[in-house]
Amino acid sequence: MPKGKGAATILRDITIGQHFPGNSPVHRLDPRIKILLTIAWVVVLLMRSNFIGMGIAALLLVLLYRMAKIPGRMVWRSTRPLLPILLFTTILQLFFNSQGRSLVQFWVINITTGGIYNALLFTLRIVILLVGVSLLTYTTSPIALTDAIERLLSPLSRLRFPTHELAMMMTIALRFIPTLIEETDKIMSAQKARGAELDSGNFIQRIKALVPVLIPLFLSAFRRAEDLAMAMECRCYRGGEGRTRLRQLRFTAGDLLATLFCLVVLGAIGASGYVVAPPF
Amino acid sequence: MPSIIRVEDLRYVYNEGLPTATEALHGISFEVAEHSFLGIIGPTGCGKSTLITHFNGLAKPTSGKVYIDGQDLWENPKDIRRFRFITGLVFQYPEYQLFEETVFKDIAFGPRNMGLSEEEIATRVRQAAEFCGLPEEFMQRSPFELSGGQKRRVAIAGVLAMQPKLLVLDEPASGLDPEGRDTILHQIKQYHRQTGTSVVLVSHSMEDVARYADDVLVMQEGGIAMYDKTDAVFARAEELLALGLSVPQITKIFLRLREMGLSIPTDIYTVKYAAETVLAYAKGEGGGHHPA
Repeated sequence: MPKGKGAATILRDITIGQHFPGNSPVHRLDPRIKILLTIAWVVVLLMRSNFIGMGIAALLLVLLYRMAKIPGRMVWRSTRPLLPILLFTTILQLFFNSQGRSLVQFWVINITTGGIYNALLFTLRIVILLVGVSLLTYTTSPIALTDAIERLLSPLSRLRFPTHELAMMMTIALRFIPTLIEETDKIMSAQKARGAELDSGNFIQRIKALVPVLIPLFLSAFRRAEDLAMAMECRCYRGGEGRTRLRQLRFTAGDLLATLFCLVVLGAIGASGYVVAPPF
Repeated sequence: MPSIIRVEDLRYVYNEGLPTATEALHGISFEVAEHSFLGIIGPTGCGKSTLITHFNGLAKPTSGKVYIDGQDLWENPKDIRRFRFITGLVFQYPEYQLFEETVFKDIAFGPRNMGLSEEEIATRVRQAAEFCGLPEEFMQRSPFELSGGQKRRVAIAGVLAMQPKLLVLDEPASGLDPEGRDTILHQIKQYHRQTGTSVVLVSHSMEDVARYADDVLVMQEGGIAMYDKTDAVFARAEELLALGLSVPQITKIFLRLREMGLSIPTDIYTVKYAAETVLAYAKGEGGGHHPA
């Protein structure tokens, strides 16, 4: 990219939702279990916690990332886009927590030991939570993921909730993200070749400059949607009823073992906050 | 003659610094004289499209230099936008970039970005539309109501209206029926003759390149395999075939005839020239003094 960064390059930098194919135990674990464990992970990390719990959680992450052979660089790349938000919340914690001993007092700002403790703990917690959730998408293909979501939601289909359609929509949406990014790149290049300025000017000017990109992009998205609908129709797609699967999900002994292990560690993380009470 | 394009040891690497880094152009150098009509051919993935995005500064060389109209593109990176108007780049399937409510407004997008006056824009739009064979009554219609071939011509007119010194077209005829193909390429040739604009035509149709280009640059795996006058390139038909490229059908016929032992020239790539050669040969045979 010659000048600044195009929207497409920025989108490519965000790795949440990117899949790293592999054949590690983490990859092979039943995707349904992985989703449930990830939900449990989020819940546990949002409970009362201290640095002991965070330490256990970090150890578990290091173990799992090593097992899955995901390069550490990816962890950095997935957290980097969220740094501004992290920084903002850290500062909020620092300034608006008045527990503990006061260290610096200046105008309305009152930095306390409790503030520092909580700011550090909070930031660490969010990072660990995020890195853990990323592991799900790194090690599970989008297809397996939506498949698992469909299976997990299947009890709802008794209540006429369209689980299959929902899963299909998610699969299609995921499938078209890279295609649309590529398309955006092409259209941006074409409009830049006609002298469009996409990355300069004030806010209003930039929004206006996006019109020549967005209109062709929407048109092509609709065209693709129509083509896809036609192709599905041609192959007699008629929804989930009576549909068989290429990949049957089976819960194995290995899955059970991995689940038990993760549950024990999650339990330890959850309990740590209550056994050793946080100082603030 | 001054050169419109000068490329010196141009190297370009995609995703530099990442594990997926790939070198698309391995240090290529060439020069194109002003007012020429150059055809660039090569198999898919040989770096044709990467190369042409260097001509208007959409891609920045990893190393090496690109001069357009005698000026170094990246001497002052802040000033790169002005090269977008010196080199008019028409991408593949350009009809997918149309966005305005009317054909007129869409063609006017480029000239308007140049900051021209309204009268100047109107004149340029009319001229460009005429070159592309778009009738006046199209001007106020929506570009989305037009047929595929017409849309493509609107998109090409949008670039012509910027009156670039160098016009680069990436597969301008792909996906069109034979008639639409001939019309568009003919109009481009016509424009080249009338305005003297230098043209670069990227294509993998050998027939098209043979018919319209004066010089041909053959690319292979990010390098230059051949660069010569069109007849000289097609005289090396066997080498082209070895590169995995096709040659015009008429050239194939003559290759086969040579294999059968007829002594005929190798640089045959147009039907007209082929007909003349065959006639001359037949005459020679009839007269009995053609060396067999």
